Amino acid sequence: MNEPTLPSGQVPWICAACSIPLQPAKVSIAYLGSAFPVDLLRCPQCGQVWIPEELALGRMAEVEKTLEDK
Amino acid sequence: MIGQDELRRLEYQCIQDCAPICSASCPIHVDVRAMAAAVAAGDFHAGLKVLARTLPFPRTISRICDAPCQPVCKRQEAGDPIEIRALELACTEYGSAPDKPHVLPKRGKTVAVVGGGLSGLTAAFDLARKGYTVSVYEAQDRFGGRLLDFPEAVLPRRILCDELAIVESVFAEISLNAGLQPENLAALRRECDALYLAVGWPPESTFGLSVTESGRIAVHPVTFETSMEGVFAGGDMLRSGAERSPIRAISDGRRAAISIDRYLQKVSLTASRINEGSYVTRLYTNTAGIPPQPAIPLANPHAGYSREEAIAEAERCIQCECMECVKTCEYLRAYGRYPRKYLREIYNNLSIVKGERNSNQFINSCSLCGLCGEICPEDLDMGPIIKNARRVMVEQGRMPPSAHDFALRDMEFSNGDKFALARPYRGCTSSDTVFFPGCQLAGSSPGHVMQAYAYVCEQLGNAGLMLRCCGAPADWAGRTDLFQAALAEMRADLEKLGARRLVVACSTCYQMFKANLPEIELVSLWEVYAEHGLPQRSESVAPGLALPAMCVHDPCTTRYEARIQASARTIIRQLGYAIEELPLSRERTECCSYGGVMWLANRPLAEEVVQRRIAESSLDYVTYCAMCRDFFANRGKPTLHLLDLIYEPDPGARGERPGPGFSQRHENRAHLKRRLLKEVWGEEMTGTQDAYEAIRLLIAPDVQARLEERLILVEDIQRVIEYAERTGRKLLNSATGHLLAHYQPTAVTYWVEYAAEGDAFVIHNAYSHRMEIAEGVRA
Repeated sequence: MNEPTLPSGQVPWICAACSIPLQPAKVSIAYLGSAFPVDLLRCPQCGQVWIPEELALGRMAEVEKTLEDK
Repeated sequence: MIGQDELRRLEYQCIQDCAPICSASCPIHVDVRAMAAAVAAGDFHAGLKVLARTLPFPRTISRICDAPCQPVCKRQEAGDPIEIRALELACTEYGSAPDKPHVLPKRGKTVAVVGGGLSGLTAAFDLARKGYTVSVYEAQDRFGGRLLDFPEAVLPRRILCDELAIVESVFAEISLNAGLQPENLAALRRECDALYLAVGWPPESTFGLSVTESGRIAVHPVTFETSMEGVFAGGDMLRSGAERSPIRAISDGRRAAISIDRYLQKVSLTASRINEGSYVTRLYTNTAGIPPQPAIPLANPHAGYSREEAIAEAERCIQCECMECVKTCEYLRAYGRYPRKYLREIYNNLSIVKGERNSNQFINSCSLCGLCGEICPEDLDMGPIIKNARRVMVEQGRMPPSAHDFALRDMEFSNGDKFALARPYRGCTSSDTVFFPGCQLAGSSPGHVMQAYAYVCEQLGNAGLMLRCCGAPADWAGRTDLFQAALAEMRADLEKLGARRLVVACSTCYQMFKANLPEIELVSLWEVYAEHGLPQRSESVAPGLALPAMCVHDPCTTRYEARIQASARTIIRQLGYAIEELPLSRERTECCSYGGVMWLANRPLAEEVVQRRIAESSLDYVTYCAMCRDFFANRGKPTLHLLDLIYEPDPGARGERPGPGFSQRHENRAHLKRRLLKEVWGEEMTGTQDAYEAIRLLIAPDVQARLEERLILVEDIQRVIEYAERTGRKLLNSATGHLLAHYQPTAVTYWVEYAAEGDAFVIHNAYSHRMEIAEGVRA
């Protein structure tokens, strides 16, 4: 998961609960016992993250497959 | 886990690697197929190299070989056999001379070879190259033995001399005019470490060795040992008349050389000596459909072919192989190899401790349909092997979680409160016979389940009803635990019902029960219709109206259920339709790609499988499996279910209706249960509703299609929104006003982009992933 995971350009989403913009943060994502730090956008207050569709269906899906075949 | 022995037993069953009949019938196993392939490609040098791998004197042999390969050549089933010897001759004519023989360093052991004919020279040549110091004794004034008897036109002396010179160059000592007197055998034996006797026909003596009844020197049939220790014998001297053959003489020499090498290395002379000399190969090659072609004529057999003629003749070689299953099964074809290789890969995949398990997807992509076993000349069925591999993967904790998850969740739904039901006939406390429609027919065509149940009750009397999943997804997923648990539940229900007989609509259920509920009598619903007659229809087909012919697609789980297949055909004919059989039907029928969850494990492959099946005839199909029907119809192939034919007033209009989506299937099952309880048993469905079930969704068709594609169910979306609205954990897009929320009900995290509209929610998008996010705050 070393490739850039942060979207370029304007981020449309804000945290609805805290009403503040998301900010870049290192977030750990894990699967089948392997964890990776990933640059994601996160609400600095409540910790809610945003995983863009392209990331979920692209790089994350690939990594899932690789880990499943390990 | 399969053991090494089991692996070898299974590998043996796959005959693809067995030698073609030409090589097997050749006493020294010339790789004729490879030689012909090289010639067909115009590469005579490569062809000659192939010959030189086995033939000690290719220029000579290609002129005088008795060619036992030719009369057995499979090409004769479609034309003439290949002119193999003439192709070999062309290789020696047009290929450049092979490299100088490679000789191993000297071993310090000596071998005497008595007789400078084909057999003796072959043994001497082989042993010299292995590093033995070989002395050859020839009674005549030159080598060649009976080769010298061939006329110049057949075997030019110059060619023979040149080739023998190459051979002679590796010998330590050559003694011409040095015939062995019978009484000197023992003395010569003492001077060397081993001795090969090949004096040709007729031998002047038996050298005091033990003889057969016919008076010839007796040798061990495998090792060519004589009665004197360290003395071996072979070649024409052992044979009479028509049995004598140049290529057999060479073969004897080679086999005796193997024995002598082993004898001098003090290892077993007999161990693992299989398939030496001519043998019968197990390779099967189907020549049906190969256009017949006559041989390229040989104007003068001694002169042989021109380059062009040789190439044309070699192109006729059909390159014998089996590949019967690979030619028929899209799955076995897709991975580019054949069962013998696949077995090894599966074995390796299960044995890996650390590293990439490259065969996971392969193992999960098989439909387990059994067609390969039916096609295979040796009955090798990959299905049980694959299923066992999946079980092992589960036991090892190595089954990819994503492979079977969706199907297992479907099973869980069907065996949960929303669908599962086990009731005796209305007003009865027990039912000897119970109707089991299966989860997919209920999901696909709930109305037909109602009608079929009424029919079964009418015909067989007081039938109970059982709604649930047979457990196939767990069986396919290698989840013995889940399968046995579901089976135990079902057994308990059957006992409560007092059921001894199940009427089953789905042939997958039928197979699951056949294998796992031996105490229960199974009847196919289609047998009931065929035997008891079709229900009366209010409207009748106009007499004399010709109904269109249809192709029957037999579900793969009926492969060996001839009675069920016949019943289906009886029903179709009774309804007035003509039947055309598909090229692959009955015991050779194909899976629609639903079986074994191929469609989940490998979607591109599943698409090829289903597309290929629906292209096999331009006629509409009729089948008796709900999933086959829906899979075909979803791809635009007009396909009817038998129940469409039986119950629908205008079945023709229903062939193209797409099957319901996955969420709709759940809904259909739940609705069917509610309706049955109400209409048959006069009960309202009990049980509390979960909070998420009250969430009302508005989903446009294009979004719905995307959800189907991504295997996201309405209930998954409801759960996300219920969670987001309850906790406030969601993101807001201030430009569009859309909300984005995620929730992980079990293994999968779902993201839903939505907007509130009145008391409902409009769904704009949804996606999912399996990786888990470590968020600062979790509800």
